[in-house]
Amino acid sequence: MDVMEKLEILTASAKYDVACTSSGSDRKGQAGALGNTSAMGICHSFAADGRCISLLKVLMTNGCVYDCAYCINRKSNPIRRAAFTPEEIADITMQFYRRNYIEGLFLSSGIMRNPDYTTEQLISALELLRNVYHFNGYIHVKAIPGADDTLLSRLGLLADRMSVNIELPSQESLGRLAPDKSKVSILKPMGLITNRIKENRSDIVRYNHAPRFAPAGQSTQMIVGATPDTDYQILNLTEGLYHKYALKRVFFSAYTPVVEDSLLPALDTKPPLLREHRLYQADWLLRFYGFKANELLDEAVPNFNPLLDPKCSWAVNHREQFPVEINRAPYEMLLRVPGIGVRSAQRIVKARRAGSLDFHALKKLGVVLKRAQFFITCKDKPLEGLKVSEHTLLRSLMSGEQLALQQPQVEQLTLFDDFNLSALPAADGWDLLKKGAKA
Amino acid sequence: MFKPSALAYTYDGSFEGLLCCVFESYAWKEIPLAIHAEGGEIGLLLEAKWIETDKDKAARVLKSLPLRISREAEELVRLGFWSCAPEKEMLLLNFLYLGFKHGRKVMNMLADDTVNTLMKAVQQLRHEAHLYTGFVRFSVYGPVMAAVIEPQGYVLPVIQEHFCDRFQGESFMIYDQTHGAALIHEPGREAIVPLNGWTPPEPDETEESYRRLWTGFYHAIGIKERRNDRLRSSKMPKRYWKHMVEMNGSNGVPVLTAAQRKKALQPEVPETIIQLQSLDKKSAPQPST
Ligand code: SF4
Repeated sequence: MDVMEKLEILTASAKYDVACTSSGSDRKGQAGALGNTSAMGICHSFAADGRCISLLKVLMTNGCVYDCAYCINRKSNPIRRAAFTPEEIADITMQFYRRNYIEGLFLSSGIMRNPDYTTEQLISALELLRNVYHFNGYIHVKAIPGADDTLLSRLGLLADRMSVNIELPSQESLGRLAPDKSKVSILKPMGLITNRIKENRSDIVRYNHAPRFAPAGQSTQMIVGATPDTDYQILNLTEGLYHKYALKRVFFSAYTPVVEDSLLPALDTKPPLLREHRLYQADWLLRFYGFKANELLDEAVPNFNPLLDPKCSWAVNHREQFPVEINRAPYEMLLRVPGIGVRSAQRIVKARRAGSLDFHALKKLGVVLKRAQFFITCKDKPLEGLKVSEHTLLRSLMSGEQLALQQPQVEQLTLFDDFNLSALPAADGWDLLKKGAKA
Repeated sequence: MFKPSALAYTYDGSFEGLLCCVFESYAWKEIPLAIHAEGGEIGLLLEAKWIETDKDKAARVLKSLPLRISREAEELVRLGFWSCAPEKEMLLLNFLYLGFKHGRKVMNMLADDTVNTLMKAVQQLRHEAHLYTGFVRFSVYGPVMAAVIEPQGYVLPVIQEHFCDRFQGESFMIYDQTHGAALIHEPGREAIVPLNGWTPPEPDETEESYRRLWTGFYHAIGIKERRNDRLRSSKMPKRYWKHMVEMNGSNGVPVLTAAQRKKALQPEVPETIIQLQSLDKKSAPQPST
């Protein structure tokens, strides 16, 4: 099998892992090494499904001795299997990185023989990449539940981020669909990683050159829609994970049926993309907007409204807290207004220091007035002509979420007119490039 | 104190030149109706006044920015000059009038039209530069690498530090076709130089094979049940595709059949298909409950 075929098989088997972020690590380049990392992360391309491609996301092997019902790589699924050698992984990563195709590597694997053996294979690929090829870019590696603590600790010293996937949001669901896994077996490595990251922080304070353990932290993923678990359960678990394990991110993956199984949704079921989207919105509200899971959902209403985003839902149910006065409301309250995001809230706080704001100004600051109008006043007055009936309110809030960013048309400009080839260095190799220049 | 006059300034298109326009405007207490770079469009009805670039005058204006406004304002003006805002020169001049009047407070006046437009233009430039940190595609030609970009704003100075740090051991060039300039880096040396027209050489076999691998990866990573062309185009606008291998851009590779690919790809590696059936059942771990 050639490398291309392997790459296609091992990518197709890895693609259901949704995490592709390269953020959280800020490391400068080093002499003699290739690469650096950028704190905010960089997307290098976008796949046909619109998802960011940042890392070379592949499995070491898609052969697996486990039989998780929802997984395309389960033992009993008759698909083509392949395996990379550590050399192949290191070579593709280096060559892709040099061409600026990727920000780094996201390496995961099916279970070969047992968790320890699998982890050893991951370690040897990463050691080759870091110590022999001197790769200094981003590495996200999957921690294999059930592997020995010492091995996991070694793995973490080679990676920027580690993740252990929760996969299913409850013990019952795990028991039914992933008989080889359990809540305990998943949470144990997660706890270990959390502790190692914490210890490492204090080591770094003491000795500046202490090796970094997963400096970009830890993340996890949950499959949504394969089991009857509610949004409330999922969101509560998410909140718990942020608090207890100091996770950087919790990812949600709308279940795409890949195998026929009586325990799972039928093969022609569409992935619940809107539900996934709502959960991500709620996740943002937890992380950046100061919301608590139980403010957004409860036992009585355990699932998100498909027609209203979670923040609008909350606002509509808490009309007693509105309207808020834009020129006086604290930042935390501005964040709770539908149509005001983190950026526009920050701009409002800044701009109102320079003078009081009216509705016209808000528009310029990026506030979506169509939604915000029902919840705010400017200089103690509501928007002129605003009629609030339940009907207009809901209709305005419901209207679709704009995905397409508007790119204003702009004219091109030329800063350099004269052609100046002599400025190119004379060293070897440049000649090749010079040939392409028009005389 | 300032009088609008039916004047258009013309300058050499350099940043120093623009600072001299600012100097001129203050020296004569006059507000031009337009400022044009040399060789650009000239308003028909306005009297044109040529502003000579004078290093000393430019330096005096530049020095006053952090002193009389703020460091952030100085950075905003520099970035604004690289942005592709329409009539950016007048925009910058108007911003400086406000800045010299209100001092550092001008940076908070986000609802003011001039400040707002300038900040949006700079935000757009920064955004485009950020996109290019990901979308630049190098081709490797023996010991050097090169990439072509066609940005709307002049992003090279904004992405310079990122690429020179990341690829500090490499010799590379990023050629900005829109602005006729190239960022050139060799270990220990870097510069942005004018370069008007450059055609990439033909890729060699190794280069082709990695382009093909990458294109294969690109197609394998998408989930077809989630296909969403609109979302993709909003995250990665079509105008960037032209120079991206995987989007069949100028250096793209045709998607070949598996058999053709097999021939094209060197070296062959031994078959390592893991046979499901051959997996040793005894070595399977105990469920870790
Ligand atoms: S252990 Fe991982 S790869 Fe193996 S079947 Fe379960 S989810 Fe799939």
